[in-house]
Amino acid sequence: MNILSVENLSLSFGGLAALTDITFQVRAGEIFSIIGPNGAGKTSILNCIGGFYKPQQGRITLDGKDVTKTSPDRRAAMGLARTFQNIALFRGMTVLDNIKLGAHARLKTSLLQALLYWGPAHAEEMALREDVEKDVIDFLEIEPIRKLPVGALAYGLQKRVELARALAMRPKVLLMDEPVAGMNAEETEDMARFVLDIKEERGGTIVLIEHDMDVIMDISDRVMVLNFGHKIAEGTPEEIQHHPEVIKAYLGEKKN
Amino acid sequence: MRVGDFKESYAADEAVFRTSTARFWLGVFLVALAVFPFVAGDYLLYMANLTGVAIVAAVGLNILTGAAGQISLGHAAFVGIGAYTSAILVTRLGLPFLLCLPLSGLAAAFFGVIVGAPSMRMKGLYLCIATLAAQVIFEFIFVHWVPVTGGIRGINVPAATVFGLQLDTEFKFYFVTIPIVILVVTAARNLFRTRVGRAFIAIRDRDISAELMGINLFQYKLYAFATSSFFAGVAGCLNVFLLKVVTPEHFPLHESVRYLAMIIVGGLGSVLGSIFGAIFMTMVPEALQSLLNLFQGLDPAVMEYLFPLQTVIFGLLIVVFLVFEPQGLAEIWRRVKDYFRLWPFEH
Amino acid sequence: MDILGQLLVSGIAVGGVYALIALGFVIIYKATSIINFATGEFMMIGAYLLYTFMVMTGLPAIPAFLLVMAGAALLGMLVERAILRHMLGQPTISIVMVTIGLSSILMGLAELIWSTGFKNFPPLFPRAPIIVGDIIIRSNLFWGFVIAMAAVIVFALIFKYAKVGVAMRATADDQMAAFSMGINVRNIFTLAWSLGAIAAALGGVIIGNIGGIQPTLGHIGLTIFPVVILGGLDSIGGAVIGGFIVGIVENVAGGYLDPIVGGGVKAIAPFVVLVLILLFRPYGLFGKEDIERL
Repeated sequence: MNILSVENLSLSFGGLAALTDITFQVRAGEIFSIIGPNGAGKTSILNCIGGFYKPQQGRITLDGKDVTKTSPDRRAAMGLARTFQNIALFRGMTVLDNIKLGAHARLKTSLLQALLYWGPAHAEEMALREDVEKDVIDFLEIEPIRKLPVGALAYGLQKRVELARALAMRPKVLLMDEPVAGMNAEETEDMARFVLDIKEERGGTIVLIEHDMDVIMDISDRVMVLNFGHKIAEGTPEEIQHHPEVIKAYLGEKKN
Repeated sequence: MRVGDFKESYAADEAVFRTSTARFWLGVFLVALAVFPFVAGDYLLYMANLTGVAIVAAVGLNILTGAAGQISLGHAAFVGIGAYTSAILVTRLGLPFLLCLPLSGLAAAFFGVIVGAPSMRMKGLYLCIATLAAQVIFEFIFVHWVPVTGGIRGINVPAATVFGLQLDTEFKFYFVTIPIVILVVTAARNLFRTRVGRAFIAIRDRDISAELMGINLFQYKLYAFATSSFFAGVAGCLNVFLLKVVTPEHFPLHESVRYLAMIIVGGLGSVLGSIFGAIFMTMVPEALQSLLNLFQGLDPAVMEYLFPLQTVIFGLLIVVFLVFEPQGLAEIWRRVKDYFRLWPFEH
Repeated sequence: MDILGQLLVSGIAVGGVYALIALGFVIIYKATSIINFATGEFMMIGAYLLYTFMVMTGLPAIPAFLLVMAGAALLGMLVERAILRHMLGQPTISIVMVTIGLSSILMGLAELIWSTGFKNFPPLFPRAPIIVGDIIIRSNLFWGFVIAMAAVIVFALIFKYAKVGVAMRATADDQMAAFSMGINVRNIFTLAWSLGAIAAALGGVIIGNIGGIQPTLGHIGLTIFPVVILGGLDSIGGAVIGGFIVGIVENVAGGYLDPIVGGGVKAIAPFVVLVLILLFRPYGLFGKEDIERL
């Protein structure tokens, strides 16, 4: 079953085409990777799916519903979560509060209830705390740092907290923009394991952008390749590795 | 020395006052607040009431500007709207004080939402200047809409009455101010224990990713404006019944700047900081006056320098805090507490 | 009709002075991204300096003028080095507040130094009003306008053609890129503050010459916000046009509406226009909208 489908997506900035006629489907419970050289339009695709960019053309369907015209916050509420290439944590909050913020859209507390606190807001907050402790903090092994301000954390841990915040959204689809970029070997291995666990233990669906080919080939179910805003190939990691267009895009034109 | 911060339940870990020591000192502080009016004179009680009003307004501004990151140069105007609402309701309709209080807040919140509505499209400096425009325009209305506001002479109001008791002295008014301050501070603190407060901070830190995390920016910015101006309106109501008069002179641009100075000096985004800042910025001019009084014997003309010196010191405080202690008094307080937590084994 | 003509002419004359002050404001904003809430106080200090040099030390007008410009440049430099340099990378609210704090310091100092009393300039220009058809222009206003326009043109030429001007524009465009091209960004900041202070001080001298001086002269500085917002914070041409629009709007609205509502219209009319424009063009008439990235 397709949980996310993108049809004929085109995006340009003032006449400069960033994406041209991109179509792909993501199946529930798979890791779908998007690769391509720098500037190929990978992040632009995530931005369109998330609703931050408004594509000139195309249709985006999430879990059977057309979300092309839906606002970014509504899309998030419908089950779309995101991690960012350049970490986008909220620096004024602790790790715990950042993670709790991820759950925002599924909480109910109104402004008045928040001011009163006792009653529904209290009950919701307590349930949330238990929930994120068991569901996210435990899973990502970040118990010792939960009370620290995010600014105090090492880069690799910040990336992990960002993933935690996204998981707290209980997403149907998780968009990850270069989760292992800038990490050392050990951190990379940890992150790859978490991504696989999200798929295998939780049945999560992940759309992944990454430059680290080892990680991509290890954990992806299917891979799509972009070059200059065009889709040039799609298939299993095996197929992609031997695809002539892909080799050309990565290694440059071979002179015969 | 306190050791061993172990919690048995998440509820205990989420409490505001997490240790028995903290709860003990809170208790001591509340007792002191209750005893204070019986030992203090009228002047000190007046200062306490004035400070209380400032705390309510500063807490409101800190929610909007400190936490949600929307700079407002128009906070005094909202205090003014609350003040005029109360004055009109009590003189024209004879409404009781306890009803004026929430209605003033609601009136201010209403206008706060109107001023805040364009914040969806405007950011940072442009919004800041739009709120400056609101301040200037409301000030103009206070002065010139004479049939309603009484123009520059303003409106005189009778002493507030609560359950038949006239609050005609500073002493009696104190028992209204303090509970309201406690209520407002508690409500603000509550806000930041829930998703609403977290959403505010997220909008301040990174509005775009906040939206991608499921926060409706427009809705929450309006929430911030509404909450902030509601508290401003309540402060305005208290102000009217404390001074028994309302005139446009009470709400100039400089007053808006003074509230901003309170939250800067106290600590942006911190409820405790709003309290510290309001106390500090109310007390400093008084302290300066007392200081000059000491020198009056040497040179009677020294009092001429009072107002210019106050102006210079006011500016210096803002600049010095921003340059050297941008987290404000709240941060200094935290460091002092940390010191005593491990005392006497500080190293 | 001649009332309208009179109001329009006064509006244009005052607008020219606003244009000059706004220009100084925009130079600072473009180079450093700081909006200077102390612009009005820079004006006030400029006016007092001229008063001091001419009345208290008895210098003739031209050297006094030059000394005012030197004094303003020094003030701008001092402010940038002593305060704003430490604020790099701080949130907007902090930067806004630091210039507000600065304005308070300057105003208090002026009261301490020159006392709060009202002071008049010695006559700088021939007294005779300028008469064009049936429109009469006060000589202070006329000569003020001429000087302001000359200054605007000089500043614009510097910004457009002089080497420092090009470096300033490059810095405004992209600090990192300018830095890597060997432009000393810090010196550019200092220079921008000096130029901005000179423009404000000249404006203050002209305004002080029209209406006399007091420490509260700086309050006129508030009117600069409608001007620069109308023009878009980062557009020099916009600042000049905004200056004229605001000058005309406040004079015409004041002239017709003041008798009806009992005064004060001049001060708020620009803000009403400002609100209306912001509602429809949130980045001003000539401002650029930022493209945001993730």
